[in-house]
Amino acid sequence: MRASLKRLFRKIGEINQRYREPRIEMSLGVRAALQFLRIYLLFLVCLIAYKFILLLN
Amino acid sequence: MNFFSKLYYKLRKMWKAIQLYLVIAGPGIVVMVADNDAGGITTYAATGAKYGYHLIWFLLLLIPVAYYVQEMTVRLGAVTKRGLAEAIFDGFGANWGWYALIDLMLVNWLTLVTEFIGMTAALHIFGVPPWLTVTGVVLLMAIIVLNGRYWTWEKIALLFCALNLIYIPGAFMVNPSVSDILKDGLIPNFHGGFNGQLFFFLMANIGTTIAPWMLFFQQSAVVDKGMQEKDIPWGKFDTLLGSALTVVVAIFIVIVTGTTLNGTDIEGAGQAAEHLMQTDRYVGTFMAIGLFDAGLLGAICISLASSWAFGEIFGWAHSLNQNIKQAPWFYASYFFALITAGLVVLIPGAPLVLITLFVQVIAVTLLPAALVFLILLLNDRHTMGDYYNSVWQNLIGGFIVVSIVVLSSLYGISVMFPNLFQ
Repeated sequence: MRASLKRLFRKIGEINQRYREPRIEMSLGVRAALQFLRIYLLFLVCLIAYKFILLLN
Repeated sequence: MNFFSKLYYKLRKMWKAIQLYLVIAGPGIVVMVADNDAGGITTYAATGAKYGYHLIWFLLLLIPVAYYVQEMTVRLGAVTKRGLAEAIFDGFGANWGWYALIDLMLVNWLTLVTEFIGMTAALHIFGVPPWLTVTGVVLLMAIIVLNGRYWTWEKIALLFCALNLIYIPGAFMVNPSVSDILKDGLIPNFHGGFNGQLFFFLMANIGTTIAPWMLFFQQSAVVDKGMQEKDIPWGKFDTLLGSALTVVVAIFIVIVTGTTLNGTDIEGAGQAAEHLMQTDRYVGTFMAIGLFDAGLLGAICISLASSWAFGEIFGWAHSLNQNIKQAPWFYASYFFALITAGLVVLIPGAPLVLITLFVQVIAVTLLPAALVFLILLLNDRHTMGDYYNSVWQNLIGGFIVVSIVVLSSLYGISVMFPNLFQ
């Protein structure tokens, strides 16, 4: 089990290394917009989860 | 004589074109029809029961939306020969790649749960206990994928797609009023007012027509099938046909429940089928068979979308053309997702219908992230060559993203301030 986890983390490390540099160049504005979109969408999902819990109760 | 020779030449040319299409056909139709999965059927059935024919116009709008989103994956897959997950990692780096992959895994698994909910509800009508449905489905899907050929899998999936058309005769059997359909359904209107419930239903309907898993699935299927750049026009036609077909089936489901259960608050397609059984046994049976078929087709495709994406990133062998010994992790992740999702349905007292509707809404809320990556990748002229996005395609893609974000935001506002839209 421990060996499997170790292998998995090593593999994740390799993937991070392989894709460290993005091939597509993005301006700071595009990067900021993407980051904002990511946070905003997660916020909306949290709201939906909140509504789900409300209905459940 | 000249006329006959010309006619013969034209017919021969047409037959060759049909033959060529039949070779290329598959990913577009399968992904679009599989999109009418158990959650989709439930959403359409609930929409028809709640709003009658009044939201048919909105469903029609989803044909171009689904087409423009999905055809981008055909071009990207045929040109790059890699799936969307790998393309995102490569194009935007590991940070964004993990975000997209985890997002996909979460939504896929939740959607897979809804497929099992639909299948168990459908067979429950015929007296089959949920545990038996879950076991039978897992075994059936094992047989389908373990035959070791993409083409065989695709032909079986197309057979299930054909069964999805069962709702069309079902709609004729309930004798709907054509004039009412044309009058109420084709003129854009917001029956019942502009409120949180309407936003919820609109989002759930978008969520059933375009979902994150579809982007990843179709691109991976295009790659696994070995489509080339020269096949792109046929791939696009396949997607267009699939988009039209999926919405036509959706409209017929809305017609069935809009005619027979209008004004009823039904909780799901299973309950709709039970209601229909009381009025017309055959229509109810059609509804139940269609629901089971939709769940099965959805489950086959969604679990594959996850396994393909995992395989691409982790570098595992990840093709249906490889057997279990050649691609053990591909099949292990496939069955892990399948079995764990099936087990959720067996939890006593789980709010299954509520889960189904909310999963559609979560899927559509998270869709813009994957869509933005797709549009950016299609604008990489260096990789895409002649197949990069035109200005119009970018405008349409951008409009779809903004519309979904606005609709999601309106729903979010209605959650925080429930009295605002009443």
